[in-house]
Amino acid sequence: MDLKDKLVSSFLAFENNVDVHNPVHDVRTEAIKNFETKGFPSKKLEAWKYTSLNGLQKIDFSIFPKKESSLEYKDVKKYFIHQIDTYKIVFIDGVFSSNLSETTHDGVDICLMSSALTKPMYKAVIDVYFNKVASKDESLTTLNTAFSREGAYIYIPKNKVPKKPIEIIHFSTGNDVALMLQPRNLIIAEENSEMQIIERHQSLTSNAVLTNSVTEIFAAKNAIVDYYKVQNDVDSASLVDNTYVDQKDGSHVKVHTFSFGGKLLRNNLNFYQNGERIDSTMKGITIIGDKQHVDHHTLVHHIEPNCESHQDYKGIYADSSTGVFNGKIIVDKIAQKTNAFQQNNNILISDKATINTKPQLEIFADDVKCSHGCTIGQLDEEALFYLQSRGIPKKEARALLMYAFANNVLESVRIPELKVRINKLIANKLGVNLGFDL
Amino acid sequence: MLGVFRLIKITLKKEKNNKEHKSSDKMLKIKDLHASVEGKGILKGINLEVGAGEVHAIMGPNGSGKSTLASVIAGNETYEVTAGDIFLNGENIEDLSPEERAHNGVFLSFQYPVEIPGVSVTNFMKTAINESRKAKGLEDMPAKDMLKLIREKSELLEIDRKFLSRSLNEGFSGGEKKRNEIFQMAMLEPKLAILDETDSGLDIDALRIVANGVNKLKSKDNAVVVITHYQRLLEYIVPDFVHVLYNGKIVKSGTKELAMELEEKGYDWIKQEAAV
Ligand SMILES: Nc1ncnc2c1ncn2[C@@H]1O[C@H](COP(=O)(O)OP(=O)(O)O)[C@@H](O)[C@H]1O
Ligand SMILES: [Mg+2]
Repeated sequence: MDLKDKLVSSFLAFENNVDVHNPVHDVRTEAIKNFETKGFPSKKLEAWKYTSLNGLQKIDFSIFPKKESSLEYKDVKKYFIHQIDTYKIVFIDGVFSSNLSETTHDGVDICLMSSALTKPMYKAVIDVYFNKVASKDESLTTLNTAFSREGAYIYIPKNKVPKKPIEIIHFSTGNDVALMLQPRNLIIAEENSEMQIIERHQSLTSNAVLTNSVTEIFAAKNAIVDYYKVQNDVDSASLVDNTYVDQKDGSHVKVHTFSFGGKLLRNNLNFYQNGERIDSTMKGITIIGDKQHVDHHTLVHHIEPNCESHQDYKGIYADSSTGVFNGKIIVDKIAQKTNAFQQNNNILISDKATINTKPQLEIFADDVKCSHGCTIGQLDEEALFYLQSRGIPKKEARALLMYAFANNVLESVRIPELKVRINKLIANKLGVNLGFDL
Repeated sequence: MLGVFRLIKITLKKEKNNKEHKSSDKMLKIKDLHASVEGKGILKGINLEVGAGEVHAIMGPNGSGKSTLASVIAGNETYEVTAGDIFLNGENIEDLSPEERAHNGVFLSFQYPVEIPGVSVTNFMKTAINESRKAKGLEDMPAKDMLKLIREKSELLEIDRKFLSRSLNEGFSGGEKKRNEIFQMAMLEPKLAILDETDSGLDIDALRIVANGVNKLKSKDNAVVVITHYQRLLEYIVPDFVHVLYNGKIVKSGTKELAMELEEKGYDWIKQEAAV
């Protein structure tokens, strides 16, 4: 049975474990129909031209974890930003781990999607927000919607700021089988609220893992959301990340994506600006090698006037790795005085590495400032010699140049300990023991 | 065709195997050095000996190969050494990478220092010093010693502290770049310093500061090779020997009086002599 059929037939089993009378289930039923019609995206679709899911579909993924696993904090501590205190929403093989988590209901809700979807006290919020910005059409998103049951639920009321950053971590242990996960996150920042989130998917097994994640973020008037995605998984793990952001007047949402590990990574990052004076920022550093594949598809839809968007993606590709950057900017006719900036710079370290980069601008307003640029280059040999001539070995000199090429993306990271961690991950990825302190 | 190439490669290798590995232990000894880039010969048989405690000046018209010589000594692989040898303290350095040459005390002050956005001067110097220490089996320099050293050397070259947190050479004026090169030299304390047109782009005050920096570092144990067009710098850094490089060869050597003669008469007479 192919993966699509398996998923569709698993939906029946899934229904035995959820409340089918909950209105949420109508949403799921609608979604599985869409997925059944569309199936997995094929390379014939323009948006999937350079990213093939064919190989993954041949794997016999288990749709539900076979048995529950537990993990000791000391064994997985290194995946947390443990230098600081954080709220933690942690899942093991898709199942909430209460002993690794630190949730709260103290003035803010930092807890579980499974509670939010089932408990009456959350119904009003779920009615307003659940599946409201996520696509009802894109097949992998609808696949996730169909199986949506667990994930992080974060609700920050008006004028509130949680005491500390929030970490959302998904561990997979494999439990001797290949596993497909469908985490579903809902994040709501009410007026004037502010939060910082770090998200990570980490496989602890060499069994294949495929995560198809959907995150909906709602930023109300003047809310501030900083979202950091740390993608440094093992090379048997793949991730399709579908993130949808709905922004209202004066809100600032930043998403940083650090892609260093994993077999296949596809980031679909969609921003909808439903208000004025909105700022949307998307930044990324991608450093990959071997046969890794990272695909960033971004969309920012400028719907109202006087808004800004900033995109800055840096990519470094070694060995036979492949990269894709596709940045779509839509500026509606009434969205005058829009400022939209997009930058994608890449370095190819090997002859066999490739990058496909494409800006896609659809601008219908006439009074806008829009700039985009993409570059593909190599390391500067002269700069390399300069560093070497000062006693810095070639490998370290190359690493320093690569770090220098990408590090402006880190300027907007507002959690210093996270910045240090990213520096370390970059040094590891480049195989050097350098501090990279600026 | 392929066969022919292979043959040539093999003979070249043979020749290299016959090379001398040891020489007298002058600090720097260059014997019959030929180098080319993209098949074009640039250095055409350089012979030069520099002893510890000496200052040598290399002068010569533009395009004669001065920077190429400096680059080849520092190990720049853009240039292919087609014949000849370079010995450092008696050891043939042909197989040493640029960083290994640096660890052995070679320093090149670049004619055109490279701009490196995203790497601060301080971080660069820390990395350079600690990597050199690592190569010698030493621990990283303690942060406070590093700061002290940076403070001391930046004061010597009258470099503003703010300057040190800026990206290396990015947006620096010509003079700032050169001063920064000598600051790096002061930090690294090389045995053999090659200063490639360090005077160009410097006003008279900066020239004095730079020359003072170089002179402070001079001792009987290290040597300086000054590449310059002008007599001006040589008034501050007084050479023991002056060489004229023209068309890939040292065509004339002398003492500091030769530099003055060149200043007066220009290079035409050298070119004419060389043509004969
Ligand atoms: N990387 C290079 N590629 C091609 N030609 C070069 C390169 N470096 C130097 N040359 C050539 O070699 C010659 C000598 O250059 P250079 O060593 O810079 O001279 P100088 O420093 O004496 O002015 C010039 O003709 C120059 O164009
Ligand atoms: Mg020159």
